[in-house]
Amino acid sequence: MKTRASDQTFGALLISPAGAFVFCIAIYPIARVLWLSFFAQNLATSLQPKFVKIDNYIRLANDGHFFATLRTTLFFTFVSVVIELVLGLAFALLLNQRFRGRAIARAAMLVTWALPTAVLAWAWSWIFNDQFGVMNDLLHRVGILARPIAWLGSGSTALFAVIFADVWKTAPFVMIILLAGLQNVSGELHEAAAIDGANSWKRFRFVTLPLLMPSIMVALLFRAIQSFGIFDLIFVMTGGGPGGATETLAIYTYNTYLRYLDFGYGSAMIVTSFLLMALCATLLYWPLSRTRGAQFATE
Amino acid sequence: MKRVSFYALVWLVVLWCLAPFLWQIVTSLKTNAEIAALPVTYIPRHAGLEHYDALFTRKPFARYLLNSFVISGTSTILCVGLSALAAYAVSRLRMRGSRLMLAALVVISLFPPIIFFFPLYEMMRAAGLLNHPLALIIPYTTFNLPFSIIVLATFFRGVPRDIEDAAKVDGLGRLQILWRIILPLSTPALATTAILVFIFAWNEFLFALTFMTNDRAKTITAGIATLSGTTVHETPWGPIAAAVVVSTIPLILLVAIFQRRIVQGLIAGAAKG
Repeated sequence: MKTRASDQTFGALLISPAGAFVFCIAIYPIARVLWLSFFAQNLATSLQPKFVKIDNYIRLANDGHFFATLRTTLFFTFVSVVIELVLGLAFALLLNQRFRGRAIARAAMLVTWALPTAVLAWAWSWIFNDQFGVMNDLLHRVGILARPIAWLGSGSTALFAVIFADVWKTAPFVMIILLAGLQNVSGELHEAAAIDGANSWKRFRFVTLPLLMPSIMVALLFRAIQSFGIFDLIFVMTGGGPGGATETLAIYTYNTYLRYLDFGYGSAMIVTSFLLMALCATLLYWPLSRTRGAQFATE
Repeated sequence: MKRVSFYALVWLVVLWCLAPFLWQIVTSLKTNAEIAALPVTYIPRHAGLEHYDALFTRKPFARYLLNSFVISGTSTILCVGLSALAAYAVSRLRMRGSRLMLAALVVISLFPPIIFFFPLYEMMRAAGLLNHPLALIIPYTTFNLPFSIIVLATFFRGVPRDIEDAAKVDGLGRLQILWRIILPLSTPALATTAILVFIFAWNEFLFALTFMTNDRAKTITAGIATLSGTTVHETPWGPIAAAVVVSTIPLILLVAIFQRRIVQGLIAGAAKG
């Protein structure tokens, strides 16, 4: 038998190449951002770093625009994730049935998930185009709209449009996770409940849903975190406009770095919004780890 | 009746999923005059491939495609190779701290790319790699490592230990066991992981947008963003639609062929997350 120590050495050897990549390309940048956040490095300092202690954070605490983008981000995240979960659950329940053409339906959803967001964002800006967009045309044809709406031209409709596109793009991801969860729900429990006289809604509510909770929490956590960092969809569809109505934290941070060349301040923005995100994720993860712990206690 | 409405619902869902893409196909086949004509037409009256032609003659679109293939392909090979080694260590060797390491990887994989893009930009500039494929290959490899290590480790755990023990008795070294026993047995898992990493790399936008400023260095996602017309108000919807269609065809093929694999891989990655 090989000894524990040689396992350790051999293992370290196998991990080290991947470890080196993760250290240099993922961990070092985090440290670098943290470091930069205590410096002023912008056009006023001729892009030279100058140590300013916590001035960037003080400036951030008084930056109304930062809080406006934070509100937009939270609103976007909350609304889109809730709709995605409901729609994704509906898709999963549908695909959990046996029917002819199920493979085609699943492939259609998978295609939606696999396509590049930055590219499909163009498709959505064309759909929501004010003059020649198909959304206006369809709504006009069925008699909902009397005159075309400039969807991406005014604040509230633009936010609605990007949420709409985000829901379309990511509900299939939720579906995949929940479908896997559904397939672990045993038919026996359903039969037992049916014999006890539970109708299909009651069986869903008291058998399926509780057993599906761990999967729902996983999907929720993934989607909430990705939504919070949303960049590509909004960058292409509205660029954060009109008038900052769809400007999320990631867009504001991007502009602070590359448009205003304010590297220290941008870094403080990242550290702050990241800590907020970690806090939210922990609050979400706490119940998640408890439900999972119960389910996988035998593992 | 119930059956009919069920199938109506199914087809409605399929249409909902594919509609934006189908609309791009329709748009890409229309002439410029028809694109900007009212009322909107749903079947092109004079279908033609002029916008596709324009992509390849007026823009280095073939170059974008090539860049995307080279960058995504190289990242995939590198990433899966490095992950296989690490996943073997994590799943099969008795190592202290491997659980903690996996947890750290999960956390890192959840970070949005906006956190990393500026320090990475500085690094790539300092190394003279801006506009070089490596500027994207290196981060794409790295940021897909956590996901692939987790997926592969899950699969490696499923390979029976007896086989490994028998190989040990036959006198195979440990690297040989990994290379000749574990990896061949895990071909489906390696393929699954590779497909997913390729999709993630192909779709990445933020790094591609900021690290590749030279038109000939751009990947598809960043390239389409710069197709915009001569003035700000003149967006060339025809060529953009054609570009959307062309750049998504490789992904649609991947999904069509490897549906099952993709679903399994995503579930393995998410369940352990």
